[in-house]
Amino acid sequence: MTAEPLNARGDVAFIDFDAGEAPWQRALRHLVKRRAAIAGLGVVLFFIALAVLAPLVSPYDPLATNWGAVRKPPTMLHPFGTDEIGRDVLARVIWGARASLAAGLVSVSLALAVGVPIGLVSGYVGGFVDGTLMRMIDAVLAIPFLILAIALAAFLGPSLTNAMIAIGVSQTPIFARLTRGQVLSVKHEEYIEAARAIGNPHHRIVLRHIFPNIVPPLLVQATLAAAAAIIAEASLSFLGLGEQPPDPSWGSMLNTAKNFISQAPWMAVWPGLAIFGLVLSLNLFGDGLRDALDPRRG
Amino acid sequence: MTAFLLRRFALILPTLFFVSVLIFGLQQLLPGDPAQAMAGEDQDPAVIAFLRQKYHLDQPLPLRYWYWVEGIAHGDFGESIRIKRPVRDLILEKLPVTAELAGLAMLVALAIGIPAGIIAAVKQDTAIDYGATMAALWGLSIPNFWLGILMILLFSVTLGWLPASGFVTPAESLKQNLLTLIMPAFVLGNAIAAVMMRHTRSAMLQVLSADYVRTARAKGLSQASVILRHALRNALIPVVTLGALEFGGLLSGAVLTEQVFTIPGFGKLIVDAVFNRDYAVVQGVVLCTAFAYIMLNLFADIAYALINPRLRV
Repeated sequence: MTAEPLNARGDVAFIDFDAGEAPWQRALRHLVKRRAAIAGLGVVLFFIALAVLAPLVSPYDPLATNWGAVRKPPTMLHPFGTDEIGRDVLARVIWGARASLAAGLVSVSLALAVGVPIGLVSGYVGGFVDGTLMRMIDAVLAIPFLILAIALAAFLGPSLTNAMIAIGVSQTPIFARLTRGQVLSVKHEEYIEAARAIGNPHHRIVLRHIFPNIVPPLLVQATLAAAAAIIAEASLSFLGLGEQPPDPSWGSMLNTAKNFISQAPWMAVWPGLAIFGLVLSLNLFGDGLRDALDPRRG
Repeated sequence: MTAFLLRRFALILPTLFFVSVLIFGLQQLLPGDPAQAMAGEDQDPAVIAFLRQKYHLDQPLPLRYWYWVEGIAHGDFGESIRIKRPVRDLILEKLPVTAELAGLAMLVALAIGIPAGIIAAVKQDTAIDYGATMAALWGLSIPNFWLGILMILLFSVTLGWLPASGFVTPAESLKQNLLTLIMPAFVLGNAIAAVMMRHTRSAMLQVLSADYVRTARAKGLSQASVILRHALRNALIPVVTLGALEFGGLLSGAVLTEQVFTIPGFGKLIVDAVFNRDYAVVQGVVLCTAFAYIMLNLFADIAYALINPRLRV
């Protein structure tokens, strides 16, 4: 059954939804119609599979050097060529997916775990608490994302773990701000007033009634933030502040490749293409998810 | 308007306070004795004792913060441990280089982003619109340091048209200066152009359906006149003010771009300082960028409020 709700002018507004359909089912139905988003999801899943199955699918040990095959162009034996100490570039690209995906997952989880509770408290409690928390968040936002991540990585010491912490901390304000905004927009809704009227304690109202209703925008932001985190990790590794050699990471591979650009350009092409492909796919999926979860977009 | 300005200024003070606490607090993340960490490989007890005294490390934390803020207020950002020069001088020396790069990058962003956004909005839901939207997504997804490497490969290594790295000041040779900055400015401006294109497209779409644009069309004005004289003039207001907020992205990008093209600017200063464990320089650069970002935000808000009276209340 297709409902035909009336808008304010009395016209029939053709919003395509089924009265018996749950919101997530509607979102899923809209998402599968978006081919670019589904293609993006497919590429992301491909990279996840590559990272998980790296020991099985990688043709060589990513750390194994071969002095007889230094800076060899792509051949059947080494489809992506070899690097400056004879390591297989394809194997390093496959294993490098682990660092990038870990950065996306861990940084965003950290940002969600810290930012969402701050936003919930700030938006729900309001007043002085809100003012103080938001000024603190403004302070973190005032420092450009990568500059803050570089500064944190500098003081914590260069490593993939510290890079992920630094990226997570830098992304926390985005989630805190988004959550606060969403809480402010729903906290005066009738169902929240009703939950309050029947005597629910505050923590129950926040966790059981407000939080489930603000998950969709957080989900979209998490997808886009994962894309940003992957670029940030690659940037930090490129600067030497992320994954440390000889462990493979796309950013650190590009850092080395830049020194051999005229002799071995293939060293720069594949890791860059991998970052670009994964980030573009996450952005396509995130854009599609946002459209699918937005009821106004039909 | 005065009330708006006062309220906006009042919000800045606590933000600046928290920014200063955050940047000062970075020092506390150093494992072990900060004086030993700052001394780096030079573990001479005399140097460590000097650093401990210089940075008041033997004093309680709040007092140390006070000394630090007092120094900053007097323009004393500390001294570079490696270069043995005041951090303020280093920042003032590198700032013009990054400012020129950022300015050129912004020009590139405006030159690409705004026309692309206008065309995408006017040709909404056509192949041109989809193409421009995909190009913007491409610009947002491509890591700028990779784009920089690819451009060096094409324009320097293969074609030999442009220098691969280095920097020449405009005073030395304006032509060489521009030649060295073309590629970095494009690389840096590329992502901002994508953001600008998205903003312009959505602002133009809103304006194009407004009554006054319909009236302009009804009067029989040409399409070009409607778009450029009536729609664009209003659509650009939020876009230009939003452009100020892209400053953060510009600075983050400059760090990487300067590294790829070996440009001796602000970004290279902070990266070199990180590897030299020159913590005073790191703190100084972060503080300056944060201050500049807060001020630009303030100017953007004021400009927006001046243009849009509804925001003043």
